Amino acid sequence: MLVNAMGDACPIPVVKTKNAIKELQGAGQVEVWVDNEIAVQNLTKMAQQKGYGVNSAKLEEGKFQVLLTVGDAAAVEESAPQVEECRMDARSGKVVVISSETMGEGDPVLGKLLMKGFIFALTQQDVLPQTILFYNGGAHLTCEASPALEDLRSLEAQGVEILTCGTCLNHYGIADKLQVGGVTNMYVICEKMLQASSVIKP
Amino acid sequence: MQTESKLFCKGGGCTAKLGAGILSRVLERLPKGPADDALLVGYDSHDDAAVYKLSDDIAFVQTLDFFPPMVEDPYIFGQIAATNALSDIYAMGGTVKTALNIVCFPESMDLNILGEIMRGGAEKVHEAGGNLAGGHSIADSDVKYGLSVTGVVDPRKMYQNNTGRAGDKLVLTKKLGVGLICCANKVGAASAAAMEQAIASMTTLNKYAAEILAQYPVHACTDVTGFGLLGHLHEMLDGRLGCVLEQGSIPVFDEALSYADEFLLTAAAQRNRNYVGANVRFEGVPFALEEVLFDPQTSGGLLAAVSPEAASTLVVELQRRGLPAAVIGELTEKQGTHEIIVR
Repeated sequence: MLVNAMGDACPIPVVKTKNAIKELQGAGQVEVWVDNEIAVQNLTKMAQQKGYGVNSAKLEEGKFQVLLTVGDAAAVEESAPQVEECRMDARSGKVVVISSETMGEGDPVLGKLLMKGFIFALTQQDVLPQTILFYNGGAHLTCEASPALEDLRSLEAQGVEILTCGTCLNHYGIADKLQVGGVTNMYVICEKMLQASSVIKP
Repeated sequence: MQTESKLFCKGGGCTAKLGAGILSRVLERLPKGPADDALLVGYDSHDDAAVYKLSDDIAFVQTLDFFPPMVEDPYIFGQIAATNALSDIYAMGGTVKTALNIVCFPESMDLNILGEIMRGGAEKVHEAGGNLAGGHSIADSDVKYGLSVTGVVDPRKMYQNNTGRAGDKLVLTKKLGVGLICCANKVGAASAAAMEQAIASMTTLNKYAAEILAQYPVHACTDVTGFGLLGHLHEMLDGRLGCVLEQGSIPVFDEALSYADEFLLTAAAQRNRNYVGANVRFEGVPFALEEVLFDPQTSGGLLAAVSPEAASTLVVELQRRGLPAAVIGELTEKQGTHEIIVR
C-alpha cells in the first residue's frame, strides 16, 4: 500500500501511515513517501516503538521512501528470498573506520577539509553504514570543536551507531569533550570490524 | 468558514522556530562589531534577551518574538503570542515597560481577525503592567503576530541562563507538553479538555512566577520555549555543568503523553532531538516522556536554578500561587559523555 505524504507537515505523514496500517487489517507492507528527513525520522521512531520493520531510502532530492513491514510479514520477509532481495534498509552491514582527523596523505589542512566533506557526504547517502568507529586521531572528530559534529548527530539520529575508542580519548585527554555517540573498547572495535559486511576506511 | 479557519492555523507557535543547529551556524559567522562593555548580554551567550546597562542600577532588557498561529481562535492566539514574547523579560529577572506589535497579515483576510489578535495581545501587555506603544505591520501570505518588548532590570539582580552552580535545584514553573497537544489538535485528535488546559497554561504570564522567584536565591533562569526542556537545559549547562532529572517529578500534561504514544509528533521536537539528543542519557524513561522532554513549548514556564536549601519553600509558594511548579532535578559538576541524565 502506498501513502503519498509529500508536502505534508508533521504529524500528517504519521497520521496517514497509521490509517494505511489500519486498512491492512493485519500483516503487510506500507510504503510512505515524504519530502523531508525529519518526517522519515518521526516515522522511524513510530515503527521502532511499534515493532514494525522499517527501512528508508532517499529516492531523489526532496523525496524519501519509508517502508514499514507490519506483523507477520516481518517474519515472512526473513524466510522469503524474493522479498529479501528488495530489502531497503537504509543502514547496511557496513562499518566505516575513521582513524585520523585527516583524509588521505599530503597537506593536513586539505586532509581535514576532505574528512569533514566525507562525513557530510555520508549523511547524504541512500544506504548508511551500520556503525562508524573512531580511533586514534579520529577520536577528535566526535569531540568538542570538531567540524563534523552536526553531521554525526544527524547520522546518529538516523540510527547509525557512533563509537569512539576510550583508550584514545584518554590518551589525548579529551574524554570529557565527547559530544556524539558512545565510548567503546578494542574488543568491540575488533568484533564490529570482523562482523561487518565490509569495512570502509576513507 | 471551516476552510478559512484551517487556512488561519498552519501549525505555528514555537514549533515554527528554526532549528538550533542551523541557526548557530549562521550566528557564529556574523561579523562582530566593536565590543561595548555596557552590553551585558548579547548574542554570545544564547540567552533569552539582550541586556544593556545604562547605570549601575538600571539596564534595559530587549526581546522580540513572533510566530504563526497555533490555535484557531485569533483572540487566544494574540494572548498566547504576547504571553510568549513577554516571557523573555521575566526570564532575565526584569519588569515589562513597553511593547510594540509585530504583525504579518494577508490583505485579503478579514480585518476583524487581526483586530481580535491584537486585542488579545494588548490585554496581556496591560496585564504585564506594560504599555503598548506602537507597532509595525506588513502584508504577507500568512498570519504572524508577536511583540517586541522592552523591560528594565537591576543589572546586579538580572538572571542569566548559564550562571547556575553545581548542587542547585532545578525548578520548572509550568507543565510540559503544549506542543504535542497543539499538534494533536491540528489533526483533530486532541480532547477539548486537553486543549483548554494547554491554552490556560500558554496564556499564563510568567510574571507571577518571576515575582516569587525574585525573593529567592536564583542563580540562573531561562524560559522553556522552542528548543524544549532539554534544549534549554543544554544551554543552561553551558558546556560547564551537568544535570540529573528525576522523571517522576517533571510536571507533564497527561494527554501530551497519550498523544506522543499515538506518534502525533512535531517536526520541531525531532529537530530538538537531533540537536541535543546525543548529550542526553535516558535511564528507563518511556518513549512518550522522552518526546515530551524534547517537545517545543509555546509560552512555556520558567526554568530556574536555585540554592538547594531554598528550593522546596520556593516550590510551595509557587504552587500556592496556582502554578504547577516542581523541583525536577539538580545541577551537577560536568559529567562524562552525557551532560543530561534523565532517570
